Amino acid sequence: MTHTRPIHSVVLVKQVPDTHNITGEVMTKDGTVNRGALPAIFNPEDLNALEMALQIRGRQGGSVTVMTMGPPSAANILRESLYRGADRVVLLTDRKFAGADTLATSYVLQLAVQKLGRFDLVLCGRQAIDGDTAQVGPQTAEKLGIPQITYVESVIEVTSTQITAERALDSGSEIVRCALPCLLTVVGSANTPRPASVRRQMERKLAAAPGEYRAIRAAWPEFDTDEALEAFLSKHDLKIPVWTAADIGAADGSIGLAGSPTQVHKINFVVLESTESKTVPPTPEGIAAMVAELVHEYIVG
Amino acid sequence: MTETKSIWVFIEHTDDRIADVSLELTGKARELADQLGYEVVGLLCGRDVEALAQHVIHCGADRVLLADHEELSLYRTLPYARVAISEAQRRKPEIFLVGGTPNGRDFAPRVASALRCGLTADCTDLQVGDYHVRKEDRTYKDLLYQIRPAFGGNLIATIVNPNTRPQMATVREGVMRKPAPDATRTGIVEKIVPGFEPGDFALEVLSRRVRKSSVKLKDATVIVAGGAGVDGADEFALLRDLANLLGGEVGASRAAVDAGLIDRAHQVGQTGTTVRPRLYIAAGISGAIQHRAGMDQSSKIIAINTDPAAPMFQIAHYRIVGDVAEVLPMIIKSLRERSIDQREAE
Repeated sequence: MTHTRPIHSVVLVKQVPDTHNITGEVMTKDGTVNRGALPAIFNPEDLNALEMALQIRGRQGGSVTVMTMGPPSAANILRESLYRGADRVVLLTDRKFAGADTLATSYVLQLAVQKLGRFDLVLCGRQAIDGDTAQVGPQTAEKLGIPQITYVESVIEVTSTQITAERALDSGSEIVRCALPCLLTVVGSANTPRPASVRRQMERKLAAAPGEYRAIRAAWPEFDTDEALEAFLSKHDLKIPVWTAADIGAADGSIGLAGSPTQVHKINFVVLESTESKTVPPTPEGIAAMVAELVHEYIVG
Repeated sequence: MTETKSIWVFIEHTDDRIADVSLELTGKARELADQLGYEVVGLLCGRDVEALAQHVIHCGADRVLLADHEELSLYRTLPYARVAISEAQRRKPEIFLVGGTPNGRDFAPRVASALRCGLTADCTDLQVGDYHVRKEDRTYKDLLYQIRPAFGGNLIATIVNPNTRPQMATVREGVMRKPAPDATRTGIVEKIVPGFEPGDFALEVLSRRVRKSSVKLKDATVIVAGGAGVDGADEFALLRDLANLLGGEVGASRAAVDAGLIDRAHQVGQTGTTVRPRLYIAAGISGAIQHRAGMDQSSKIIAINTDPAAPMFQIAHYRIVGDVAEVLPMIIKSLRERSIDQREAE
């Protein structure tokens, strides 16, 4: 039996617009996106990363901390993480973070992970469905100065000094062994994320970040000041900590738009090309005529 | 050292064969370099891979930087990135292109982070152009336009990196044409000696399993693809029959893959394979943007769907409103009858 020990994991997650379910109602006539019509969801592969961290903790103990950089509303996915079993969550939010590309994002995540202190594993989903870049994981690993294992399909073993994992590649798979601490990016086929626990949901549904106090006090008038609410939340371990740029010691020139080397030159909306097209009746005669045409044009035959 | 500006291409390879996407990028880099007066440089890391260098030159490179070392025999992030980072810091390429393969997308962000340069993922087109920033009243000349679908493929964004070098991009496989190698092309193979650090060997590859895929979607001239509108395995078998008859391949939308009708290797679309066959038959595929992004360059598209409002109909050349289970047999029958007619005529 190899020597195992408790493993402390940090899971980096993102709240994303549900781009996989874009329907006719979301796309407007001129091809633009009606963002308001898109629900914000937990990035799917980040749930797989969280599940992987929870399974490791289940096997050998340790802790799972979940962090997200995003707008105040991203507290929603942190609560989701608590319901699923995260020990601790942190919301990285600051107007100065807005407009960050992957490089500026990875800088913030690096500082936040370092501020947490000791960790063995950093996990994140392979990519987020709103950008599909798969860049933030490796960039964060580079900034932290730790190795990375991308496309992780399964964790075979975590010892006190090393992790053995399987990577899923287009062309096959490979099994690698890597020194701890390291960063994993997890693919969607790795596991089936557990649902939120009803018990934990009951216990933690009041968990809130300071940006949400006003809304909570509207529903709970017995807390007449933010301070009173905060005292209550702190006492019951329900306060979601918020870290700003100043809290993590981020340099203004390296975050948000200013820290992003990539710039958007232009955006073109995808308007479906109107092609020269024919409606073919679903009858033997209609089909035969179409096939004849395709043969004539050397498309088939 | 000459001060010629350069475009670099990361040359990926397995089992002594260069990845198609690396050659596609070498061809594209050649085009861009001719336009800009730059040099094309292939970065080739590996073990006993010198023979591959000439092929990169034949496909358009002026120079190959060859790092031949036993620690580079299999792709690993840190040793490969070490070579790229230290050479890029020294030689300062203007542009650095990497294939959008799993390992390419593992490598590129690691390198970009270390070089603190901009990186655009999964581009579908690259061009050169100017970029005017009104706030600075300044025009940046000859930037790389990195063009990619964004927001789930509903938008096409053109990204530029005005202030950092190299301008890095990963590019999706199959979207650029592979150049025909020209054996008369000559170039320089420059050997480089990697300067590793102990931490570069933190990861060890214990085993590697290569799946021999019999699916050749990318090169198929005809693809018969099924989606959520295909009801069960029996109906899916019709797709196979038709594909066999046409000498083509079977493709699928994510819905069909998720429903377990077919292996993921057949998936066409943004998260699957990008294809551009002569004929694409979309059977029961509604045509979500993610799917269309992977096949809308097909020469001819036939869409079959019971829902006349399916978005696929908007890009189809032939629209057939009907049930897959009824329409496919008609196409099969019609094709068989034609081939009988032909034989009788001969």
